[in-house]
Amino acid sequence: MRLTCTVNGTEQHVDDVWEGESLLYVLRERMGLPGSKNACEQGECGSCTVYLDGLPVCACLVAAGQAEGRQVGTVEGLADPEALHPVQQAFLDAGAVQCGFCTPGLLVATHDLITRHGRPSDAETREALAGNLCRCTGYEKILDAVRLAADRMAEPTAGGDR
Amino acid sequence: MSTPTRTPTGAPEHLTGPGSGGVGDDAQRPDGVLKVRGEFAYGSDLWMEDMLWGVTLRSPHPYARIRSIDTSAALATPGVSAVLTSDDVPGEKVYGLELADQPVLALDVVRYQGEPVALVAADHPETARLAAARIHVDYDVLEPVTDARTALGHPTWNQVHDSTAEVTELSRESAHLHPEGNLVRHLKVRTGDPAPTADVVVVGEYEVGMQDQAFLGPEAGLAVPAEDGGVELHVATQWLHVDQKQICSALALPPEQVRLTLAGVGGAFGGREDLSMHVHACLLALRTGRPVKMSYNREESFFGHVHRHPATMRYEHGATRDGELVYVKAAIYFDGGAYASSTPAVVGNGGTMGIGPYVVPNVHVDCYGAYTNNPPCGAMRGFGSVQTAFAYESQMDALAAELGMDPVELRCRNAMEEGSATPTGQVIDSPAPVAELLRRLEAMPLPAASGDGEVDLRDMPGGVSNTTHGEGVRRGVGYAVAYKNVAFSEGYDDHSTARVRLEVVGGEPTATVHTAAAEVGQGLVTVEQQIARTELGVERVVVHPKDTSVGSAGSTSASRQTYVTGGAVKAACAKVREQVVARAERLVGRTVPDLRLAGGAVVSDSEDITVPLADLLGDDVLEETLEWRHRPTEAIDPETGQGFAHVQYAFSAHRAVVDVDTELGLVKVVEMACTQDVGKAINPQAVVGQIQGGTAQGLGLAVMEEILIKDGKVRNPSFTDYLIPTILDMPPMRIEVLEYADPHAPYGLRGVGEAPNISSGPAVLAAIRAATGLPLTRVPVRPEHITGT
Repeated sequence: MRLTCTVNGTEQHVDDVWEGESLLYVLRERMGLPGSKNACEQGECGSCTVYLDGLPVCACLVAAGQAEGRQVGTVEGLADPEALHPVQQAFLDAGAVQCGFCTPGLLVATHDLITRHGRPSDAETREALAGNLCRCTGYEKILDAVRLAADRMAEPTAGGDR
Repeated sequence: MSTPTRTPTGAPEHLTGPGSGGVGDDAQRPDGVLKVRGEFAYGSDLWMEDMLWGVTLRSPHPYARIRSIDTSAALATPGVSAVLTSDDVPGEKVYGLELADQPVLALDVVRYQGEPVALVAADHPETARLAAARIHVDYDVLEPVTDARTALGHPTWNQVHDSTAEVTELSRESAHLHPEGNLVRHLKVRTGDPAPTADVVVVGEYEVGMQDQAFLGPEAGLAVPAEDGGVELHVATQWLHVDQKQICSALALPPEQVRLTLAGVGGAFGGREDLSMHVHACLLALRTGRPVKMSYNREESFFGHVHRHPATMRYEHGATRDGELVYVKAAIYFDGGAYASSTPAVVGNGGTMGIGPYVVPNVHVDCYGAYTNNPPCGAMRGFGSVQTAFAYESQMDALAAELGMDPVELRCRNAMEEGSATPTGQVIDSPAPVAELLRRLEAMPLPAASGDGEVDLRDMPGGVSNTTHGEGVRRGVGYAVAYKNVAFSEGYDDHSTARVRLEVVGGEPTATVHTAAAEVGQGLVTVEQQIARTELGVERVVVHPKDTSVGSAGSTSASRQTYVTGGAVKAACAKVREQVVARAERLVGRTVPDLRLAGGAVVSDSEDITVPLADLLGDDVLEETLEWRHRPTEAIDPETGQGFAHVQYAFSAHRAVVDVDTELGLVKVVEMACTQDVGKAINPQAVVGQIQGGTAQGLGLAVMEEILIKDGKVRNPSFTDYLIPTILDMPPMRIEVLEYADPHAPYGLRGVGEAPNISSGPAVLAAIRAATGLPLTRVPVRPEHITGT
C-alpha cells in the first residue's frame, strides 16, 4: 500500500508498505528516521514513543496504515537541525544519557509531560514516565533532567523555544 | 542527594584543571548530542541499499536429537535469498568464550530451547520469518535435565555433553572441563582447620533465580561482504577481538578478512560477551554476496543471549559468642545451562569471593558449575558474586540475630581491611574500607515514616492500585556490603591496546585516541577523552571509532575498562608527551626538568617557557601505540584455592528501607542508600550513574526479575512478563562516593560498575525480612513468599 503522512512537519509518501508493518518500522526502515527505538516492539518499554496528532503513542503498536493522513512527531523533530531542545540539553547536562536507547522515547514523553504540566512534581513525573523503561540509569538522573528542563522552560530567556 | 562526597586521595590533583574536561571532571559524553537527537547509530539502526534481512530458526525443545532438516519450502519462498544450516558453516562448527562447545548452528542435538538451528536471508524481515517457519525440522524429543544438582548428582547421566569440547586459546588454565560429564568446573577453597568448632552455628540454604540483562538495544548488526572475499561486520558487542577470533574460526578466514567495527550499543551488562548474530549474519552475507542485517526482537533476545546463573547455596557460619567469625562452610551450585560460556570464570568468582568481605580463619568452599538443558548462562554484571552475596549477607543477619547483635556491628567486627588475608590467601594491599562504608550508611538520616501526614497512594505498596492506605504495612531497614574483583583474574593475560596521535588540525592541537574498547553506555569514550586531555594538556580529543584495526582492548566487563584501557590510554599519552617534551627541549636548546603540557602548550613552572603545540608540531604527527597490562595475577591451587587470583577489589555497601504490605505481599522500596569506594572518580557524574543503575538492577533481582523456566522452557520471554524496575519502582537514593587511592592502579582508580549491583539486592532482602520477620531465603521475593499463600 501507499502511505502518506506528515512527519516532523514534512509530508512523506512511502510506497510498497506491507499492511503488517508498524509505524515504527516505516519510520525506521522506510523513512530513514531510526531515532525512535525498537527495544521491545510490544508496547512495554516506551523507547519508540512518538507524537501522533499531538498525543504520545508507542509507534510499535500503531499499524502503519493508521498513520495515514496524520501528523507524526519523532525525536528527530524536537529541535531545529542545529539546535537542541531544552529537554534534550537537560538530559545531557544531568547525565541522564548512558547507553541512550531509552532516551528518544523518554525525551518525547518528557516533552509531553512538561508541555502539559509545566513543573511536574516528582510523583507526577514518575507516573508519567512509568511506561518508559531504562536499564542503565536507575532513573535518578532522568528525574534530575526533568526538573532541570522544567525549570529552564519556565524561564523563557534561559530555555529557548518550547 | 546524589552529589558525591569526596575524601582526599593520592591521585595527582595537579593534573586536573577546573572544568577542563580532564580527569576528575563531570565531562559530558562525546556521543551525547547524537544520542539525544536520535542520530546515534545503534546496531539495529544500520541500513544499506540492497541489504537483506537475516532471521534465525530456533529449537522449540530444550533437548532433542535432530533427525533431519528440510529447507526446500523455505528456499522456494519468493524473496528468500539463502537458507543455511550447520552444513554451511565452512570452519569450526562450535565456538565459545572459554570452551568451544556451542554449535554455530545445531549439529545433531539441540541442548536448549532457543538454540539456533537454521538461518534465512530475505528482502523483508517478515518474508524471512515466514520462510523460517517453513523449514521442517524432524526432532526426536528427549527428556531434559533441568537442575544443576541433578545433573551433577547422577554421574551416569552424561548426555548433555557427549562430545569432547576443545579448550580454546582463550581458556583460562584453571578452567576444568569434564568432556564426558556435566561438570563445567569445581572450585575448592580450603584454609585453616578442616574440622572447626564454634560457640554459635547458623546454617541456611538459599536460592537465586535466573536474571536477564534486559539491555534495551536488541542484538543487532550488519554484515557486508568485502571485495577481498572477507566480511565487514558492524555489531553491538562488548569485546570486538574475542568476537573476531570466534568468527574467523567459524568462517575459516584469517583476521585480516574479518574486520569488525563497533555499532552503537544499547546496553550490555554482560549479555553481549558471547556471540549472538555475529557469525550468522556473516555466513548469510558471504553466501548471498549482499549486506545482511540481523536485529532480534525482544522475545528472540531472551533466547539470544546468556543469562545470570541461577544458584542454590548452602552455608554454615560458626562464630564465637562475641561475634567473631570462626569458620564458614559453603556449597554453591551454579546452573550453567546448555553451554559453558563463561561459567568457569563465574565459578571462579563465586568460589574465591563466596564468603564476602570478611576475615575468616577457617574456610571450606565448594563451588560448582554444571551443564543442564536450561538456557545457557554466562556473564552478567556482578558475575558470580551477586548470587553468593544474597547467601552470605543473609547468613550474617541470621548470625547477628542468633547472637543478639546489631547486624552492622557484626559485619564491622569481622570486616576486611587493608592488610587482611582473603580466604584464598591473598593479602589485600590497597584500602578496603568495609567497616567505614557501613558506618557511613548508618550515619545517614532515615526517610520519614510512612503514613506521616496525609496518605499518598503513590507512596504505598501497590501504588495507585489502591490496595492499602497503610493498614498492614510494615517498614524494614536492611544493610549489606559486598566486594568484587576488578578485571580478569586467575592468571589471565589481561591487557589493552591504545593508539594516541597528536597533531595540529585547523590550527588547534588535537589528540586522537584509538582503542577497540567497547562503549556500551557506561561512558568509557568520555573517560578516554578526559585522560588524554589531562595527560596531553589539549582540549580537543577525538575518539576514533572502535574497530579491529587496532589491537585488543579486552572485554568491556569485570568493571575493567577504565582501569585497563584507561591505563593504556594514559601510558600511550605519556609516550607521546615524551616526544613532545624532547622536541621542546631541542627547541630551547637544553634540558628543562619540569616541562609539562597544559593549555595546548609546553610550559615550565620554574622558567618562563611557553611553546604552543601548534608551533612545535607544525605539520608533524606524533603517534604511539602500546599494549598495557595490570600487574599479573596467578592461577589458584586446584585443591586449596590459594593464590593471588585478583588484581583489585571494589567495595560497596547499601542500606535499603522498604514498606511491605504484609497482607498482600507487596513491597515498596522507600529509599536506597549506597556508599562505595572508587579510588578516584575519573568522572564523578558517571560514577554516580553507575551506582544508581547498578542499584536498580540489584533491586530488580531482589523483588521482581526472574526468567521462569519450566521443564527447560522459558515461560516469560517478554517485557510484559519479565519485569524490570520502572521509575515507579526505583526510590530516591543517597550516595556517598569515597576515594581511597589504590596505589597499584592508574590515578588510584577502582572499577565501579559491578559492586553496587551486588550489595543492593541483599540489602533489599534484609529490609523485607526486617519488615516481615520471615526468613526469606529465595530471590526474587514474590508476594506469595510473604503471605505464605
